[in-house]
Amino acid sequence: MPAEKPLYALTGLELLDLIKQKKIGIADILESQSLRTKAVEGKVKAFARFTDNTASGIPIAVKDNICIQGQLTTCASKILENFIPPYDATVIQRLKKSGFVIQGQTNMDEFAFGSSCENSAFFPTRNPWNPDCVPGGSSGGSAAAVAADEAVWALGSDTGGSIRQPASFCGVVGLKPTYGRVSRYGLIAFASSLDQIGPLTKDVRDNAYLTGIISGYDPNDSTSLNLPVGDYQKSLEKDIKGIKIGVPKEYFSLSGDGELEGLDREVKEAVEEAIAQLRKLGAVVSEVSLPHTEYAVGVYYIVATAEASSNLARFDGVQYGLRARNADNLITMYKKTRQAGFGPEAKRRIILGTYVLSHGYYEAYYLRALKVRALIARDFTEVFKEYDCIVTPTSPTTAFRLGEKLENPLAMYLSDVYTISANLAGVPAISVPCGSNKAGLPIGLQITAKAFDEETLFRVAYNYEQATPWHKLKPKI
Amino acid sequence: MIISKDDVQKVANLARIELNQEELNLFSGQLESVLEFIEKLKKADISSVQPMSHVLDIQNVLRADVPRESLSNAQVLKNAPESLKGHFRVPKVIE
Repeated sequence: MPAEKPLYALTGLELLDLIKQKKIGIADILESQSLRTKAVEGKVKAFARFTDNTASGIPIAVKDNICIQGQLTTCASKILENFIPPYDATVIQRLKKSGFVIQGQTNMDEFAFGSSCENSAFFPTRNPWNPDCVPGGSSGGSAAAVAADEAVWALGSDTGGSIRQPASFCGVVGLKPTYGRVSRYGLIAFASSLDQIGPLTKDVRDNAYLTGIISGYDPNDSTSLNLPVGDYQKSLEKDIKGIKIGVPKEYFSLSGDGELEGLDREVKEAVEEAIAQLRKLGAVVSEVSLPHTEYAVGVYYIVATAEASSNLARFDGVQYGLRARNADNLITMYKKTRQAGFGPEAKRRIILGTYVLSHGYYEAYYLRALKVRALIARDFTEVFKEYDCIVTPTSPTTAFRLGEKLENPLAMYLSDVYTISANLAGVPAISVPCGSNKAGLPIGLQITAKAFDEETLFRVAYNYEQATPWHKLKPKI
Repeated sequence: MIISKDDVQKVANLARIELNQEELNLFSGQLESVLEFIEKLKKADISSVQPMSHVLDIQNVLRADVPRESLSNAQVLKNAPESLKGHFRVPKVIE
């Protein structure tokens, strides 16, 4: 009985239904949400800033790396702390056309570099399930805002797991669409061959709805494909009897390596239980192999940093953003601006990316990585010849503590070991809640499908979700 | 050692980032362990594949070469740290 719950606790489509039945108005939603935000935002700190809206509409939270015309958009970086985009990203145009208003912009790791939201130049966001833990990242603010019922739904961006891993850590649903499904126009670029914008929501139905709104061809993004957008709501109606699910053995044999963690036992058990549930629903599950999985993180940190080093060359104190004032020539101005404007992880990634592209190392690192990337993509193509989707954990662990991985970038990078491959192969993947550990922290199940088959993702995710209680759990804040 | 402090300094210079001594020490060690981890790519047999720079089967997406509306000069310069007479202004380039 939705009406008995406070409005802020409802899903987006529950709210839209109530509006359609004229039981509530948009003002009721905004009021309920404003009360909720006042009560919990001080503890969660999901938002970089709230919008002072004059327009009225269905509220949505947006990650702070998606350009909004006339509204500060900073990528949680000092180098962009005064940047006001002169245009709307295509996804923002689409949302506005569909009656949405931007409620606020969510905190993130600077330029989406990170898996914990601790690399924000503003402040770290807290996990609503335990304030001592990170919400994941880089779309940690979006995930935390939805989990804490501060936002009905939110947009994030995913380059190596930045939507799915925080969705998993915060117990919400997060989708990385197929590369080319959603326009990247106006998304401040991190790694152009990997980035996709996607929704974070309270359940699968909301996720399918929002994906339908933001998807589609855009002449302003030459990598958005002119293919019809599926009827994602309708895909939820089908059962999953006979659907063929592959479980890659490599994902379950991840062992610890020195100080690095392997697959957590409680996560493994929850995912195995989820697989048993999918079987009960009629899916045919078999073990499959993605033999090049062990190379994914290495390939990613070459390809993603190489592209980032190129994309972030534009932040040089000339056209926008910060400029160091204590420089008497152009080169010194560049260097001092970038020293003052970028945080440590941005500097590390730009340096690594420049290194792997530099003379004498290009072939050994970058070119080799592009070839191994082709092998990883081929692994998926092979499996999808026979299977409809692949099921794995989203992350090898539940949310870790603030500070735990901050001094060890490699350990932080390995937090994305299960999510990175989907970006390298360009295929869509969704994380749905599938349990919690003894400490009460959420666990996520990742479902991956072939390119442009978001319908199958939503269908499997929805059938699983409706058969289990996990998406209904709420953190006590 | 894969990457020395001198290498890091050189690359930071190429990337136009000034580093202080503390950053140089910290990043050198951290990049070393990341590169060590990346070494495992050498095991992969890449003899049968072409490099994949992106996943889509498209090349050279072009549009008709016709003028379109674009941002005004004022809009373009609005975020500039310094501008002068409709241009971006930068510090001295040539001594």
